[in-house]
Amino acid sequence: MNELLSTEEKRAVIELLYQLADDDFIISYRGSEWLGLAPHIEEDVAFSSISQDTMGHAAMYYQLLEELGEKDRDYLSHARKSNERKNAVLLELVNGEGHYLHEPRYDWAFTVVRHYYYSQAKKVKIESLKQSSYPPLAAAAVKISMELHYHLMHWTVWFTQLLNAGGEAKKRMLKAIAKVEAEFEDVLSLGPLSKEIVKAQLIEEESRLLLSFHANINAVFNDLSIPYKGEFTSLSGRGRFGEHTEDLSEALNTLGEVYHSDPGAVW
Amino acid sequence: MNWGNGFTKGEQNQLLDVLHKVKDPEIDSVSIIELGMVEKIDGDKQVIHIYLLPTFMGCPALDIIKSTVLKALASIEWIQHANVYYLNDPPWTSDRVTPEGRERLKEFGIAPPPKIDVMKGGWEVSCPYCDSLYTTMENLFGPTACRSILYCKSCKNPFEAMKPLSTLM
Ligand SMILES: [Zn+2]
Repeated sequence: MNELLSTEEKRAVIELLYQLADDDFIISYRGSEWLGLAPHIEEDVAFSSISQDTMGHAAMYYQLLEELGEKDRDYLSHARKSNERKNAVLLELVNGEGHYLHEPRYDWAFTVVRHYYYSQAKKVKIESLKQSSYPPLAAAAVKISMELHYHLMHWTVWFTQLLNAGGEAKKRMLKAIAKVEAEFEDVLSLGPLSKEIVKAQLIEEESRLLLSFHANINAVFNDLSIPYKGEFTSLSGRGRFGEHTEDLSEALNTLGEVYHSDPGAVW
Repeated sequence: MNWGNGFTKGEQNQLLDVLHKVKDPEIDSVSIIELGMVEKIDGDKQVIHIYLLPTFMGCPALDIIKSTVLKALASIEWIQHANVYYLNDPPWTSDRVTPEGRERLKEFGIAPPPKIDVMKGGWEVSCPYCDSLYTTMENLFGPTACRSILYCKSCKNPFEAMKPLSTLM
C-alpha cells in the first residue's frame, strides 16, 4: 500500500501522523500527572482510563509511522527532541502551579476546558479521517472514534456542570476558556504541509474543520447561555511548526528518563 | 472468524481447542474466541498466522494475550512457526462477543455489553447477579478500559459491565 503513495503524498501522511501522534501523546502525559490528584476517586479512575486510551491512540499512530519507515515507536515517542515535536502548544502546557512531586496546585478548570476543547477538535478530525485516502488512517479513525465517544461524553458533563454551577466555578471556567482559546488556533492547524495534506485527501482543509468545530461548540454555549466568540490565536507558539515552550522540554526530560537509561531495552 | 485453506478440519479443531484456553488476563473466565478477538487464522503447518482484533487500543493486556497465544500454539507439535498480529480493520465491536462469552462474563460478575443502540438515550444493563433492570451507572469508566461500574438497586450489589463499542458511535 505504501508503494502506491507518491513521494509528496508520503511526506504529507508522515507529517499529519506526527501531529496526531504527538497531540495524543503529550495530552495523555499531562492527564497521567493527575493520577491521585483528581477531585474525587471516581474521577481518578475515569481520568486515568481516558489517558490510557489516549496513549493507545498515540501508540497506534507511531506504529503507522514505523510502518512508513520512520524509527521505531518507542524512539518516536520518547527520544525525539522538543523542536522535532509537532503537537499543538496548548496540549504541552503544565496542568498548573507546583510539581507532581512537590505541592501540586493544578488547575482543574483549565484541565476540564483543555480536555473538552481538545476532545471536540479530535472528534471533528476523526470524522474527517474516516474518509481519508490513506486506508490505514481511515481504519484507525473508525477504531478511535468508538473510544472518543466516551471521552467526549465524560468531559461534556464536567464542562457543562461547572459552567452551570455559577459562582467561583463559573469564574474559573471562563478564565480557563480564555486561556485555551488564546492557544487554540494551533490545535486545528495542519502545519507547514497543510496544502499537501489536503491535496492528498488525507483530511479536510483547516477552514472546514474549524467550521465544524465552531458549529458543535456554539450549540453547547447556546444551551449554557454563554456567548461564544470563537476567536483563536497561537499565543505561546505554533507547535505544528516546531515552536514549543519550556514546559514541553521539561515534560520530555521527565517522561524519557526511563527510556534514556536503557534505549535498547524491550518493554 | 475466518480460516485460510491451509488446514484440515482436524487441525482446525485442534487450533480452536488451544485458542479456547487463551483467556483475557483481566477476565480469566472468558477466552479470546468467546470475546470475538480472533479474526482470521491463515497460513499452513510451516508458518501459521493468527490475526487478532484489539478491544480497546490502550489495553495493557494486548501484549500478554499475544505471548499467551504463542505459548499455547507451541503445544501443537505440527506447528513449525507461528506469528500473531493485531489488526485495526475490521474494528472490534462488542457484538462480536459470542453467546457463550456473554454467559462466561456473567459468571465472572460482569454484565455483558448491552446490545441496544447507545446513540438512543442511555443503556439498559441487567444485573449479572439477579437479572434486574433496576440498575444505575456509577462510573462510565471502570478498573480496566473495557468496563464501567454500575449499581443494582434490586439486590443492592455493585457490579461491572462491558462497555458497548459500536461503529455507530
Ligand atoms: Zn441485582
